[in-house]
Formats: sequence, structure tokens, C-alpha cells
Amino acid sequence: MALVLAAIQAAIPLTGAARGNGRWMAVARPAAYGQFSFLFMAFVTLAYCFVNNDFTVSYVANHSNTLLPVQYKISAVWGGHEGSLLLWALVLAGWTAAVALWSHHLPRLVSARVLGVMGLIAVGFNSFLLFTSNPFDRLLPDFPADGGDLNPLLQDPGLIVHPPMLYMGYVGFSVAFAFAIAGLLGGRLDSAWARWSRPWTTVAWCFLTVGIALGSWWAYYELGWGGWWFWDPVENASLMPWLAGTALMHSLAVTEKRGVFKAWTVLLAILAFSLSLLGTFLVRSGVLTSVHAFASDPTRGLFILIFLLLVVGGSLTLFAFRAQTFRSESQYQLFSREVLLLVNNIVLVCATGVVLVGTLYPIIFVALDWGQLSVGEPFFNTAFTPIVLVLMVFTGIGPLVNWKRQRFDLLRKSLVQAFAISAGLAATALWTFNEGWNWLVFATLLLCIWIVFHGLFESWKKIRTAKAGFFAGMKRLSRSHWGMVIAHFGLAITIAGVTMTSNYDVERDVRMHAGDSVNIGPYLFLFEGVLDVRGANYTATRGQVRVTEEGEPIAFLEPEKRHYFVRQSVMTEAAIDAGFTRDLYVALGEPLEDGSWAVRIYYKPFMRWVWGGAIIMALGGFVALTDRRYRVKLTAKLGLDSNSAVTGG
Amino acid sequence: MKIVMIVGLLLVSSINWASIDAYEFQSLEKEQQFRQIITELRCPKCQNQNISDSNAGLAKDIKDRAYELILAGKSNAEITDYMVDRYGNFITYRPPLTASTYVLWFGPFVLALLALIIFVVVKIRQQNNPPAELKQEQHQQVSQLLKKLEDLEHKR
Amino acid sequence: MKSLKWLLFGLPLLGFIAMAFLFFNALGSDPSLLPSARLDQKIPAFELETLAQPGAMVSTATVKGPLLLNVWATWCPSCQLEHPMLLELAKAGIPIVGLNYKDERAAALKYLELHGNPFQYNIFDQKGSLGLDLGVYGAPETYLVDAEGVIRYRHVGVVDPKVWTQVLWPRWQAMGGFDPQSTAAGDKP
Repeated sequence: MALVLAAIQAAIPLTGAARGNGRWMAVARPAAYGQFSFLFMAFVTLAYCFVNNDFTVSYVANHSNTLLPVQYKISAVWGGHEGSLLLWALVLAGWTAAVALWSHHLPRLVSARVLGVMGLIAVGFNSFLLFTSNPFDRLLPDFPADGGDLNPLLQDPGLIVHPPMLYMGYVGFSVAFAFAIAGLLGGRLDSAWARWSRPWTTVAWCFLTVGIALGSWWAYYELGWGGWWFWDPVENASLMPWLAGTALMHSLAVTEKRGVFKAWTVLLAILAFSLSLLGTFLVRSGVLTSVHAFASDPTRGLFILIFLLLVVGGSLTLFAFRAQTFRSESQYQLFSREVLLLVNNIVLVCATGVVLVGTLYPIIFVALDWGQLSVGEPFFNTAFTPIVLVLMVFTGIGPLVNWKRQRFDLLRKSLVQAFAISAGLAATALWTFNEGWNWLVFATLLLCIWIVFHGLFESWKKIRTAKAGFFAGMKRLSRSHWGMVIAHFGLAITIAGVTMTSNYDVERDVRMHAGDSVNIGPYLFLFEGVLDVRGANYTATRGQVRVTEEGEPIAFLEPEKRHYFVRQSVMTEAAIDAGFTRDLYVALGEPLEDGSWAVRIYYKPFMRWVWGGAIIMALGGFVALTDRRYRVKLTAKLGLDSNSAVTGG
Repeated sequence: MKIVMIVGLLLVSSINWASIDAYEFQSLEKEQQFRQIITELRCPKCQNQNISDSNAGLAKDIKDRAYELILAGKSNAEITDYMVDRYGNFITYRPPLTASTYVLWFGPFVLALLALIIFVVVKIRQQNNPPAELKQEQHQQVSQLLKKLEDLEHKR
Repeated sequence: MKSLKWLLFGLPLLGFIAMAFLFFNALGSDPSLLPSARLDQKIPAFELETLAQPGAMVSTATVKGPLLLNVWATWCPSCQLEHPMLLELAKAGIPIVGLNYKDERAAALKYLELHGNPFQYNIFDQKGSLGLDLGVYGAPETYLVDAEGVIRYRHVGVVDPKVWTQVLWPRWQAMGGFDPQSTAAGDKP
């Protein structure tokens, strides 16, 4: 056992070093496979240690326990700092291997450069793993008989999938980054370049979208306080690359189709990955306080900072020198799709900037000796509202506008019509919902419908001009067009959900004896008392809450308060009745002196829409990926193509 | 990612999850006001948590004080000021708008606006004296060729 | 025009360098340490019992320094850690007033009996109301209070010899605190 471990430990830096030499063209590809295999072995070994309760490995001893169910033993592999870094490195190696596998159609020079850049990143990460956070550190000779158990918060099915998803996203941007650097090095940034990096960016973005949505969903039902987004530094760290990545996807579309905004696109590619790294730094160095923070470790922080300096500083220097030479390949007018997409980009980057400044401002404040400052939800909500509204206006119009130039008078009529229809529908919806009038909600809903309406309208127009029956026409539209439409729908749905739930939710903390009931909206919550139950590694008190609507039974909710043996910690498990238009949420608080219980009851309208929309966005991304352009590699060889403007961005 | 990080808590903090206290109010407005203020005040002792979500003893004390102040008819702005007097700006998640926070509140917006204005100005200048469009023709040729290629693909 | 272009394309790099500098600065500092919002203000008005005698009241007027105001409680493990240091300071003649914070009277008295009493007297703040007014966020905390009853400094965390000589002592001298070295020990008020 120890021997295998030692062998793998020796193998990791070797492969890492080999990857650094990946510029020797031919070496790059097999090295990528090799690195992936070894990291995979390391990962499997660690998982094996977990499953077999090998507490001589300190990481296992700290994060597992004999009583832990098997699926959580596996997810415990990435439940702590060292293991999550190993997962990170593995995912990076996975992406590298994937690039190696599917890059045969690329010019040798390009693929070697891309793999080389990824190799350099891997060297950094693997040495970080090895020198500051080795997950295989042993506890010999005095190892504990039983482990410290996994944090109960992490013992949840959502968490088995969430970190890998998120990492796929984060690290996926390294591919776009590597392509950008390769482009800068080679001085060749044309449509073909954009076409190569586009699918990679889209995949990464999809994973990140799903990852963030899962994280938010988990926070919602597991933390027991019913929030789904806290603007915590850790969440911001995942939101920033997402925003930058969204901007990058759109900008890549312009660069691919029209050969313009090259420097900007490259900058975004660098930005997206840099922000992923920055997130890692912020979270692991302890410079910020977060609910989710690791024990602060300045050594690790310093290491990542140096790594960050090399990667980001280096690439931005390269950018400063090389990007000036890029020339646009085509002309466009002020009112054209190019410019609208640029506006979209500026708005998204502005949003990224808000998150970045908001996250860093407390540090800046301290550095300038102005005292301590907190920046939280009220700030971000205020700052984000105008950004989102502006973004939505352009999301609606963008797809309607032609490349190169658009005469505004041709659009005016349909814009006015769309506006009137959206306003009518939004007003009707709000009126039907019957929870009071709110102008901001109205405006947001209007824009959601505006986006959906424009998506449909524009597709219909294109189908009609195709002059082949409806379904044939639908088929003629490219998959990437449908991907865009779907993703924009998803965005509209998410925003509608966010707006409704944050403006119309009802939260009550009430004191209840068995037999008490409370009315929230049309629902009656009857508290029937508590039961004592026992789980695998915990005991729990389980509340019994019956929900009825006008006498009709709706749900029977059983929120729990769990007491985990090993960590001696108490966890609240909320009970949720999820519905299409609303969530009912009950959490059990403390028993009070007079034998009653504190109970938290939420009514959250359209909660599911928030995550549903995110899933739809990701789906849109995947649909776009199946576009013929990416399946047929033939066109890539042409190199200098600029696809006609039939397909959407 | 956040999830992964939580593990470290064991070493760091005194966090307990989700405290639920039932405060009773005469009116629904006061209850809503209370809900709002306790989500905007930060627990000074905890990691990044508001006093509503934290059940550290101190968070409870601050909640109790906020409760008393609301019963005494204070507005949320007044309560925030009251707490800032005691704990500094750290206590509120809504940073005050002062000279030192202009960059925070307006920085990104001003930059974005600036970028947009510069772009539009440059663009308009370019349009007023357009470069010779020699390449335009070539581009058309290329896109025509591509169009043919695409049609071929369609037929397949 | 050329230099403008350099500026434009170098801008991201400049921004990043500034940020990196910031991070380097922040690294290793503890973001959970808060400066007191009550610095250079008088101790907030209060009227509380002393720990030793129920019914005997102390108020703002009583607390005139220069003195150390130490926030402690029996439930606070770090307080036990600094207790020997406080005893030593008291022995050297530094006046220390205790703020017994959110504690049980009986437990606190027993604790002082057991470990020794460095305090001239203790303000008994069972509900933590004075604590809240002072902005106390975690025991132990030690305040430097001058002759006017104005708070000059707050230290959060254990007072150990290093903290005393490097952080508190210079400030104590600066506000005209009694110097045990220059005067003979034992003239406690």
C-alpha cells in the first residue's frame, strides 16, 4: 500500500515536468495522457483509502469515519483542501487529455502550444499539491483508530456532483486560456482560432452553470436557512468566471463570424481563467472571511499568489505586447450586431467588476487603513439590478439585429409591438399572481417576456425566409442558433424566478406547540409535534407538519434536527415541498422553555425557476455544441473562413 | 467549490447552523422590518454570516437589541447607525455611501460607461473618414465561396 | 496615439499588478480582527452592579483611569490563558478593572477565588448590555482607558508578555499611565 502511494507520489512531479517540456511537439500528446493516467491512479488510490478506512493517511483520518455511508466516503475524497486540489489537478489533466485527443485536426504548432500552456499550468498545480497540500501525508506510527468524520453539511447527494461540476467549469476555462496564449504566441488570431476555442469555452461554461446552480440549490435546502445565494466571497469567486465566461462566449462568436474584437476576446479568455485562479487564491489564503473559508494558511496563499503572478502577470504582459498588432478583418456600422454584442460584453464585464470590487473592497479598505467594512447582499442587489435590466434589454434586441449594419427604422415597428405585448403579458401575469404591484418586478417580468418573445419572433422570421415548410425551416436553422435561443430562455426564466422569489417570499419564525397552526398565504401549516429517530451516524428530532390549502391536503413535511455523534454537531435538515410555482419550506429550530418549538416557515414563489432556468441555459450550451460546424472538421482546415451570417451567436 | 471549503470550518470557527428564534410582534410591518434588519447586520464574531443566520451568543444579543429598538419605534436606518456606532462599518452589509466608498459604488459603472463612450467616439470618427474598402470585395468573394460550400453540405 | 495604445493594452496588466500588491499586503493578516468603533470616545453610559456585591452600583463616572478594562468570563478559555499575565500586571501596580461579561455570578466569584484576583473591582454585565455598547465581540478584550474615561485602545485576544511590551505598554505610557518601574510598587489606589 505505502509502496504504491510512494510510487504515485514520485510519478506526479515527473509527469508534471514532462508536461512542461510539452513544447517538444510530439511529446505533448502522450505526456498529456500519461499525466492524466497517473493523476487518475492517485485519485483512485485516495478513494480506495477512504473506502477501506485507511486512517494512516491523515487526510482520510480527518475527513472520514467508519460509520460514514460509502457514497459519502467517495465524495469525502474531495471534501477537504488537499483532496479538492487533487480533484482540481485531475480535472485539469482530464481537460488536457481531451484537448490532446480531439486536436488532431489542428495544425501541429497550435496544438503543441495549447498543450504546452496547459502543461505549464499543470506543473504549477501539481507542485502546489505536492509541496503544500499532499493528500497522502501519513500519520505514522500513531494513527487514530477511527476518523474524524466528514462535516455533516457535506453528507449530501448534491455534494457528490457539485464540486466536480464546478471544477470542470473553472478548469475548463484553462483551455480557452491556453488557446488565447497560443494565439498570442503565434500571432495568429482569426476566425479559425475563435472556432477552435469556442466549443471548449461553451462546454466549460455549461459545467460551470450547472455547478453554480447545484451549489445554490444545496445551500438552499441544506444550510437550513432558506437562502440560495449569499454573495459570499466563495460564491462570488464562482460567479466572476461565469460572468467573464459568458462575455467570452459572446465575444468569441463575433470573432468567429466577423473577425473583429480580437484583442478583446483574448483579454476575456485570460480574464475568465484568471478569475478562476483568483477565486482559488481568495478562498484558500484566508485574506477574506467567508462562511466557507478554509483554515487560513498564508504559505498556501503565498504559493497561489506567486502562481497567479506568473500565470496572469505573464499572460497580461504578453497581451500588452502582442495584442496591439491585431487588425480587424471586416467593417461594421455603429448599429450592428457586432456593436450590440460588444455592449453586452461591456455590461457583463461591468457586472464582473461589481462582484470583484465588492469582494475585494474590504481588503482595500483595510490596506488603506480605513477600518473594516462589510460588503454584502444589500450592496450587490442594488448594484446588480440596473445591470441586469440593461443586459436584458440588449439580450432581447441583439439576435434581431444584422451583422455589419442595421437600419433602425426597419426594427422600430417590431420593437414597439414586442414592447407592448410584453408589457401586456407582464401586467396580466402580475395581476393573476395577485400579491401586490411592484414596478421593479413589472419591469423585470416585462423584459423576461421580451427576451422570450424576441427569441421566438426572430426564429419564426428566419424559418419563414427559409421558404420551406415549418419543420423543414426549423431544421435549417443551425443548432447553435437554437442553443442561443434556449440559453436566453433559461436566462429569462432564472431572472423571473429570482425576481418573484425575492420580492414576494414570506418568511416567518414562529413559536409552536403541538397542535398549533399558522397561516401563510393560502396555506395552513399545522404543527403536530415531534418524533425521535435514529440514522446511520446521527440521532434526530423530527417535526411533523401538515400543510393544507382550503382543507385540501398539500403536503406532510418532516424537518429534522440532527445530532451527529462523531463531530458532536447539530444540523438542521429542512423539509421542502417543491412545486412549479412555489416552494414551501419548514425548518425546525430550538425547543423553547414552555415546551413549544421555534419553527421557521417559508413560502417562496417560483423558487424552482431559478435553478430550472440555469439548467436550461446549460442545455442551450450543449445544444449549441452539437452544431454541425463543430462536428464537421472539414471547415476548420480552411482557416480563413468567415461564416455567413445565417447562424446566430 | 464552496462546499469543499466548508470542511475547514471545523478548525476555524464557532459556527452553528441556522438559529431560529421566534420574536413576536404586534404588526406584520414590524416583523418584516425586523426580518430585514437582521439580514443586513453582520455577526461580528462569526465568519461571513448575518445575525439572522448565526446563533452565536453575540448575534442573539444584537438581535435582542434590534428587537427592543424596533419596539421603541426606531427605523432600520437608525438601528444601523446605532450598531455602526458600536461596532463600526463592519456590522452592516450595506456599505455607507461616503467618499471612501465611491469607487465601490460607482467604479465599475463609470469605467463601463467610459469604455462605451470611447468606443462610440472612435467608431464615429472612423465612419466619418472610412479607410479604402479594398478588402471588402475580397471578403464578399470568400463568403460567397463559403456559402457554396455550406449549400453543398446541406445537400449531403 | 502610440503611447495611448500602450496605455490601453497595458491597462489590464497595471490593474493586476495593483491587485497583486494588495493581496501580498493582505496575506497573513487576520481579517477577523476588528478595530474598535469606540476609540477616542468616552465609555458609554451604564449603571451596573459590581460582581462582588449585589446592589453596589458602578457607573461611567467611576471608571476613570488610566486603567486597563479587561473583558472576561468563566466560559472563555482564552481568558484563563491570560489570567496569569493579568495577575502579574496587577502585582506590578497596573490598575485593572474587570468587565465580567455574560457570566454567572457564583461561577465568576469561585473562579477568582481559585485563580487569584487581578481586578480592583468587577463590573457585572450579565446580559452583555455594556458589552454591546462597547462593541465587544469576543472575550477576552482589553481596553486602555485614560484619566478622562476615554477609550484609547482596544486589544482583542489574549494579553501575553509580547502583546504587553510591544502593543499595550507604549500606548499605556503615551496616555500617561502609571509606570510601575519609576514608582515603588504597592501604591495601588
